[in-house]
Amino acid sequence: MTEELHEIRLRVNGIVHTVSVPARRLLSDCLRHDLGLTGTHVGCEHGVCGACTVLVDGRPMRSCLMFAVSAAQHEDITTVEGLAGPGGEPHPVQRAFAECHALQCGFCTPGFLTLIAGYLEDNPDPSEEEAREAVSGNLCRCTGYQNIVSAVQRAAELRTAEVVGGPARAAEEAPAPQPHSEGGHQ
Amino acid sequence: MKPSAFTYHAPTSLDDAVRVLAEAGPDGKVLAGGQSLIPMMNMRLAAPAVLVDINRLPGLDTVRVDTGGVRVGALVRHTDLEDDAQAARTVPLLRQGLRLVAHPVIRNRGTTVGSIVHADPSAEMPAVLALLGGSMEVRGPSGTRSVGAADFFTGPLETGMAEGEIAVSAYFPRPAPGSGTAFVEIARRSGDYAMCGVAAVVTLDADLRITAARCCYISVAPVPLVVDMAEAVVGAVPASADLSAAADLAADRIEPEDDIHASADYRAHLARVLTERALAEAAEAALRETAGPGPHTTGIGAMR
Repeated sequence: MTEELHEIRLRVNGIVHTVSVPARRLLSDCLRHDLGLTGTHVGCEHGVCGACTVLVDGRPMRSCLMFAVSAAQHEDITTVEGLAGPGGEPHPVQRAFAECHALQCGFCTPGFLTLIAGYLEDNPDPSEEEAREAVSGNLCRCTGYQNIVSAVQRAAELRTAEVVGGPARAAEEAPAPQPHSEGGHQ
Repeated sequence: MKPSAFTYHAPTSLDDAVRVLAEAGPDGKVLAGGQSLIPMMNMRLAAPAVLVDINRLPGLDTVRVDTGGVRVGALVRHTDLEDDAQAARTVPLLRQGLRLVAHPVIRNRGTTVGSIVHADPSAEMPAVLALLGGSMEVRGPSGTRSVGAADFFTGPLETGMAEGEIAVSAYFPRPAPGSGTAFVEIARRSGDYAMCGVAAVVTLDADLRITAARCCYISVAPVPLVVDMAEAVVGAVPASADLSAAADLAADRIEPEDDIHASADYRAHLARVLTERALAEAAEAALRETAGPGPHTTGIGAMR
């Protein structure tokens, strides 16, 4: 059977993509297969593991529980590939994960990174208990959660230092147009 | 797994949505947040032939609060309702229930109305609607009607909505003056469906005697089960209320079942324990409400 294709426009990490997908294409599969952004991982595909978490208009959501055709209504999607700053410098959450040894095999990591990046925007200074609650919806089977919880709090410190420090953060929050460092996409 | 193929519609007016859904007949399904529907589609437990995505419909993403209660539009995400301070002041049980719904990331996408329409007997927000005696506003080919919670939940994942109808909003009435509420539950893991959960509302008069008390149970009956606790506790002050008698009333009404997560006996045990906790917490909230703003009054430690 030939499925009807829908042409959609998705703005991912600041770049607008036009793709043709069947209605049943999950956002997670669209990101990975149609856009080649394989940083978003797919674990359970029913919303339990959190590996596929991306930011939709700044809010962490499960990309396996959204259809790409429906996600196209949103302004902006950020995947793990889009967390780094304009000059490629790692996001505070990424630096904190490296510092605190919050990843081992790395499979769950993109989901945690996007989740925590979104979480800290609304909760810039979480207690340990709040940090634990914040990551409770994402599963990790090898690193262990202690270091991930530590990394949430460390990321909050690094992020706050950047906000106070000014320029790096200001650049990150600058609205479109995006820098043209990604070479030719549009 | 991947969902099976379906025809997708994303109407931009409610009239169009109702028309498309009516044309689809029994094969049509409404997509709002999708946090219950899409997992079921991914696992092929659901395979609707036509999906009507209501996310583009205007005017459904608002929370309206008046002195009587809170009306929640069909596209209000759990997170936005949870963060709404005015809604939380008017109907505190909303926030008390919402923070138990899955995980924050699921609440960012899932809608409160969608959760109620899904009518999972383990879900929190149907219980909130049932306990407060709220209602659903639904729109179908022949117009708009209101369905009270008591008629809305008819079985596991079954509601009183007719084919071709779309839920437009849910209305949560404010409890009577002097009331306090609570929602307690026990789940295997943080964010899981509860093995048992209890929502409670307790109302006090000016002498701080209980004039009304109700509990609503999840995961121990085919629908959110409301039990009137009046005969056990009315007339008592919270500190001397016979909560064990209230637990007996619950035990008579629930119909727990064995499954992989918990035995029926264990669920029945939880229902008793959580009845006492929920009523104690709700009474404590009612005492605070009666005392008005300021330092909290009498402790009710004796109730535990």
